[in-house]
Amino acid sequence: MFLTQNLLEALESLTSNKLRSGLTMLGIVIGVGAVIAMLSVGQGATATISGSISSIGTNLIFIIGSTNEEITIRRPLTLEDAEAIGDPLNAPSILETSVMYSLSRIKVSASGETVTMAVTAVTPTYDEIRNLEMAEGEFISETQMNGRASVAVLGVTTAENLFGTSEGLIGETVRLQGQPFRIIGIQASKGGSGFSDADDVLYVPYSTAVSRLAQRSGEAPNRVDMIVASAVSASAVPDASEEIRQILRTRHHTDIGKDDFTLMTQEDFLSLTSQIMGVLTIFLGGIAAISLLVGGIGIMNIMLVSVTERTREIGLRKALGARRRDILIQFLTESATLSVFGGLIGIALGAGLAFLVGQIATATGNAFTPVVGIDSVLLATLFSAAVGLFFGIYPASRAAGLEPVEALRYE
Amino acid sequence: MADWVIELKDIRKVYRMGEVDVNALDGLTLRVQRGDIMAIMGPSGSGKSTLMNIIGCLDRPTAGSYRLDGKTVSELQDDALAEIRNRKVGFVFQSFNLLGRSTATANVELPLRYAGVNKGRRERAQEVLRLVGLEERMEHRPMELSGGQQQRVAIARALVNKPAIILADEPTGNLDSRSGAEILDLLLKLNSDRGVTLIIVTHDSNVAARAHRTIKLKDGCIEEDYVSDAKPA
Repeated sequence: MFLTQNLLEALESLTSNKLRSGLTMLGIVIGVGAVIAMLSVGQGATATISGSISSIGTNLIFIIGSTNEEITIRRPLTLEDAEAIGDPLNAPSILETSVMYSLSRIKVSASGETVTMAVTAVTPTYDEIRNLEMAEGEFISETQMNGRASVAVLGVTTAENLFGTSEGLIGETVRLQGQPFRIIGIQASKGGSGFSDADDVLYVPYSTAVSRLAQRSGEAPNRVDMIVASAVSASAVPDASEEIRQILRTRHHTDIGKDDFTLMTQEDFLSLTSQIMGVLTIFLGGIAAISLLVGGIGIMNIMLVSVTERTREIGLRKALGARRRDILIQFLTESATLSVFGGLIGIALGAGLAFLVGQIATATGNAFTPVVGIDSVLLATLFSAAVGLFFGIYPASRAAGLEPVEALRYE
Repeated sequence: MADWVIELKDIRKVYRMGEVDVNALDGLTLRVQRGDIMAIMGPSGSGKSTLMNIIGCLDRPTAGSYRLDGKTVSELQDDALAEIRNRKVGFVFQSFNLLGRSTATANVELPLRYAGVNKGRRERAQEVLRLVGLEERMEHRPMELSGGQQQRVAIARALVNKPAIILADEPTGNLDSRSGAEILDLLLKLNSDRGVTLIIVTHDSNVAARAHRTIKLKDGCIEEDYVSDAKPA
């Protein structure tokens, strides 16, 4: 009751000078708006990134050569490494393994079109592990792998580049470095996002690639670029990782602490993402603090002017029996109302801005939804109220401390 | 037996003006009977305003004791004084001093709010507004009222907490003679109907002539104190 009365009176007083109140709020509006916009775009981006990381598969472990520059003795990862890891006797936590070997700058031609692209050599389990789906035909089979068959699976973009269509191509022939390969499957479109087009791919059996397309002379036989292992479940990833380390250390005869390979799991990607977002959040928080500080000083300034202007009113209220506390609450309510309204407008502005960014992102082909979280809204509201109260304390206590006689005499 | 609503004894008030001390009130002693009408006169600098501020509990005397309505108030702290002003004193100012943004009713409600009255506040305010003849103007803002009407709102505001005294500082000073006379009639009528003690600070001898008792101040002391023949009604 008392509070609503105070609030009504504060609103009455603030609306009696709309332009001034509006301009005073502007600092808080811009500060909170910027923070909300950036936070929600940031959260949306994080959600998108984590979403695409999650779609990789929660139980996968990627093994590549060591990224540590100080490791000088390196044995390359090989097909045999992958087979050893895939052996359930050695590694009970591992379901399957596959390898990937990239052959760059291969001339691919069909029906008069020639493109130069990277060709990916894989083992038959690759489609299962990476969740590849076929639009038409089949993925590379065990028989084709063993028989070094000249077969290829094309992505949609690659097919369109070569044939102008991605339909009805099963049985057609593409030439890789002039050698004919029969098309056995077209991979379903994964949709493009980010830097590389996930549909511009061409898969061939690893065995065929090694025997017919191998281009890196002097390399260890059966060398691979990456081994992909799937753990039996997401919770088995730590055990599986340990088993892989043991196997590779034994096979590569590495010294303790000098692994010549690197394991990456989804956890690693996610923690990297959250690390980057954490830095970003601190940065945004700094901007928020500065703009709210500036906004708060604006409020304090105007409240001081207001107290001076209303000295007579304060004197009158005191004559009518207002205690120190009553005057204090009156002016604090005004400054808090000012800043909370500024904060609310700022939230609306920020949400609008974030929505706009989302629309632009969608229009340019990067599907992405900014998230205005209830937590950031609450935080912004509470924070702007606190700013209003904090910067209102000095003007309000000045008003409350006025001598009634002096204040009534003030012209 | 006399019933004193105001008892001032040896009141001194010293202001420091730069290097010199100014005795605004110099050992003033005064008693006012409940239900009386008293005018305070005197040239500027005579201590009139200072006396009014002390009677109204807006200021504390430097020395001396003051009992208002049976309670010693000369030693009270700020917030306690605020409460005394709220409950025992009704102020009527020369320049009305209404809140321009609020309606007549809201202005009259203000002392009740500071008294912590939540229930029936509006009704009480409206009742007093009717008493001063403003039943048609209760939701108007001061800007929409004539000077005489504004002063009526101010009188209603002074009355609403049923104070022991009404302290009017030049209540007709900003009004034309007709509304001034009306306001004075209203104050006198409230005195006779409700028995509220009325203290009027004025320069105007016509106003003072309507009072039962008149004191004239000079140099912080009472120079003249006389009672007219007409009994307070």
